[in-house]
Formats: sequence, structure tokens, C-alpha cells
Amino acid sequence: MYVAVKGGEAAIDNAHRLLADRRRGDRAVPALTLDQIAGQLALAVDRVMAEGSLYDRRLAALAVKQARGDLIEAIFLLRAYRTTLARFGYSEPLDTGAMLVERRISACHKDLPGGQLLGPTFDYTHRLLDEGLDGDASVEAGKIRAGAAEKVVRVADILADEGLIEGDGLATGDGPGDINHTPVEFPLSRAMRLQSLSRGDEGFLLALGYSTQRGYARSHPFAGEIRIGEVEVEVFLPELGFAVPVGRVQVTECQMVNQFKGSAKVPPQFTRGYGLVFGQSERKAMAMALCDRALRAEELGEDIVAPPQDQEFVISHCDNVQATGFVEHLKLPHYVDFQAELGLVRRMRAEYEARDREVAPVREAAE
Amino acid sequence: MGEIDDIAARKDRMAVLARADAGRLRALWSALGLDPAHRRLRGPESGLVTLRGRIGGTGEPFNMGEATVTRASVILADGAVGHAMTLGREPEKTELAAIIDALCHDRDTATRIDADLVAPIRHELATADEKRRQETAATRVDFFTMVRGED
Repeated sequence: MYVAVKGGEAAIDNAHRLLADRRRGDRAVPALTLDQIAGQLALAVDRVMAEGSLYDRRLAALAVKQARGDLIEAIFLLRAYRTTLARFGYSEPLDTGAMLVERRISACHKDLPGGQLLGPTFDYTHRLLDEGLDGDASVEAGKIRAGAAEKVVRVADILADEGLIEGDGLATGDGPGDINHTPVEFPLSRAMRLQSLSRGDEGFLLALGYSTQRGYARSHPFAGEIRIGEVEVEVFLPELGFAVPVGRVQVTECQMVNQFKGSAKVPPQFTRGYGLVFGQSERKAMAMALCDRALRAEELGEDIVAPPQDQEFVISHCDNVQATGFVEHLKLPHYVDFQAELGLVRRMRAEYEARDREVAPVREAAE
Repeated sequence: MGEIDDIAARKDRMAVLARADAGRLRALWSALGLDPAHRRLRGPESGLVTLRGRIGGTGEPFNMGEATVTRASVILADGAVGHAMTLGREPEKTELAAIIDALCHDRDTATRIDADLVAPIRHELATADEKRRQETAATRVDFFTMVRGED
């Protein structure tokens, strides 16, 4: 028998109205504009773009506002919106070597062509709360250093000259799989894993990356290079017959360099983990690169002994929209399921107590 | 000018139009006094393009995530067809870029548009890039060695 239960419409309507009220808060305080969110909470917006897997600052800022700053909720909103848009195709691969660099550091080499460029970093701040930001004091512009532009050479290219680091390999030409269109089946190609990691939850990947450093999957990484900046996007238009520049996006790229003693398949050399994320998302790009390297265990002939090396574990659980959907669905009414389980537990309890009554007289006699 | 040069010039123009601020583009366009009759062949319509990276930076391509884009195709009265695609969701700007692309099939018009509209925007964008580069350069670490000890 199926019994439809109705009701709750008024409660839901009023709850949503109350949500809107609480979101707006004190009407005497000016409402946030999207420009303020995109400009002044830029890294929150970047995280929402990266994990929402949709590069659009204004939409991400709107999502942050609508979600009252709950970033996973904002990511959910952006993913939902993304499903409503037509897909026009694929870009040409981004050339991160041609980036307009806003930050580039390497922990491997002190002196390198292009230099160590700190950019707008939290590093070396003392992490002391700045009471001066409680207000709108004027802020100085960044300093300028004139001089000819110097090419910011990729660290991987510098190391490659000695042959002690693995190369990027050649493209197979098959075209990478797309997790948007193909049901995930393990083992996944590295390209499809990277697609999944690039939109994966920062906290989850950070914890897994951290675990690899602490000994869960042997890993001895160096931050070979981290670079942040804008890259040109080109899209091939069949009606024109050539790739058209459509604008620029900001990305963060991380090259982790890992010591590798070699295996039956590979000589001793440095191997690499790779991270590439929308926006200024340094921690995420680093965590992604650590996880990418750990997930290459099978390819490099390493024993799979820890969760970060387990494709199915990492890829199946790194998407926070899927994760929050399944965890939060527990809030939905499960009245009938629970009634069924309640009946089952009552019956088991009755059987247990009946058995106990049979056993008890025997026990008393023995005493 | 050969076909390759034509494509290079067209791409170069499209790169500038795609990055142009919509308001600035509209202002320079109005100043040109061109307003050809045109018919929409497609769009302007917004959708997604999947951005690709390369493993390790130069290896096999992989899909990184999506970006919003807007595309438009127009035809002018003389039959010239123009196309545009720009990141983001700015239909007016994208349609205007397509109209400009169509107009530039005509050499003389192209010369005028390049000089009075594309060149100023390119200059402004390059200036902004250079400012950003110089701000970044100011955060470059200049290592120096402290000499210690007796000798």
C-alpha cells in the first residue's frame, strides 16, 4: 500500500521567506553588492568557481551571496546552474607557460629565470588579526618595479635539461575522457582523475595530501613550482576553421616534485604530481598535486597501501556536491523506513527477551 | 596580404574585442559612427565551453572545468558574415564583436576600425598588463649573501 502524505507547503514557504529575511539581516546595514563580493571576498569566489566547476566570477559571487557565505551551498548552486547551459564544446589546451604571472615561487631553486615572485600572498604575514580592517581606511596601491619583462621559465623545463625528472609524456591523441558525459569506471585515466580532482573539495584533498606527507603513501615532495596568473583561452570554431581567442582566465598551477627510487618499470628520477585549479587557489592546487602523485601508484609500480593511493576511495568521495547530497539527504523524511526498522527491532527485542526468560531459570538453578 | 596574415589579423582583433570592457567598446563603437544593418544568424546565446589543461603543463590534455561563454554570428546587408565568442555572459558586447568581425572583411573599414577602435583598447589592455607585471616584479625576491667569519 502506498500512502501519499501531504502537508508542509505553508511551513516551507514561510521557512524560505524567513531564510530571505535572515540572509538580508539588519536592514539598516547596506546590502552586499556582487562587485563587493567578487572584489573583496575574491578567494571565496575563486573556490566556488573551482569546485562549482564553472568559471564565471559574477555567478560565483551571486552564489556566495545567495548561500549566505556557505561555500558548499554556493558550489551546489553553481553546479545546478551549470546544468542548464548548452555545451558549445572544448577549448584548446591552456598554455600555462605563456601565463601573465602574478605569483611564481619554487622551493627547489633559489635563482631561476624570471625569479621568485611572491605576488599577493598570505605567506610571511604574522597571522595577527588586523583591527585596522574593521573600517574603511585608505589602502596604498602596490609598489611598481620598472624594468624589462623577463620570461618566467617553467621549473619543470629547467629540471628536464638534466634528464633527472620525468617528462610530461606525449598526448595519445584519443582526446581525454569527460566525467561530465561518461559514467565513472575504475581505473580512471590520469586525465579523468585530474578533471575530478580539479573540482574536488579543497578540505578533503588537503587532508588526503597531508596524510601522504605523514606517511600514508610514501611521498617526499618539493613544491617544484607554484604559479598564479591569467592565461589566454582559445576555442576552435568550425565555421571559421581556426581557434579564436575568447578572453582570459586566472588559474593556479602546482608542480610537485617527488623523490622516486625507481621501480621495475621506471629508473630512479624525480616524478611529478600536477595541480591546476581555477582562480587563485594555491592550497587546493598543492593538495591536488599531492593527490595526483599518490594516485599514480599503480602506474609507477608502487604498492597501494594507503587511502590517497586508492582511486575509487579518492575520486568517489572528493566531490563535495555529491558528498553533501548524500549526507544531507538523511534530513529528508524517512518515516516509513524508520517504521519498518522500528518494527524489526521490536520483534528482535521480543525474541531476545523470550530467549532470556528461557535461559534465566536454568541459570538460577545452577547458582 | 596572404590568407595566413588575414587569419592572424582577425584573431588578433578578436582577442582584443573579447577582453574589452563592454562599456568602453560601446563608446568607441558609437564614436566610429558605423551602424550597419545586420541580421542575426545565431545568438547571441550563452553556454558552456569546457576548458582544457595539459597534464604537467605540456602533456596530454585533460578537461579542467567549464566556463561561461557567449557566441554570436551575424550577416550584413552585403553578405559579409561575422562571428564572435567571448568569455562570460555579455550578449550585447558579443554581438557587437560579431558585427565588427563582419565589417572587417572590407579592407578599408578594417583599417579604420583597427586604428580607431581596436588599437586604443589594445593599448589600454597592454598598459593594464604592464602595470600588473610591474606590481608583481616589485615582489621579486632579491637574494643576497651575508659574508660571515674572519676571512
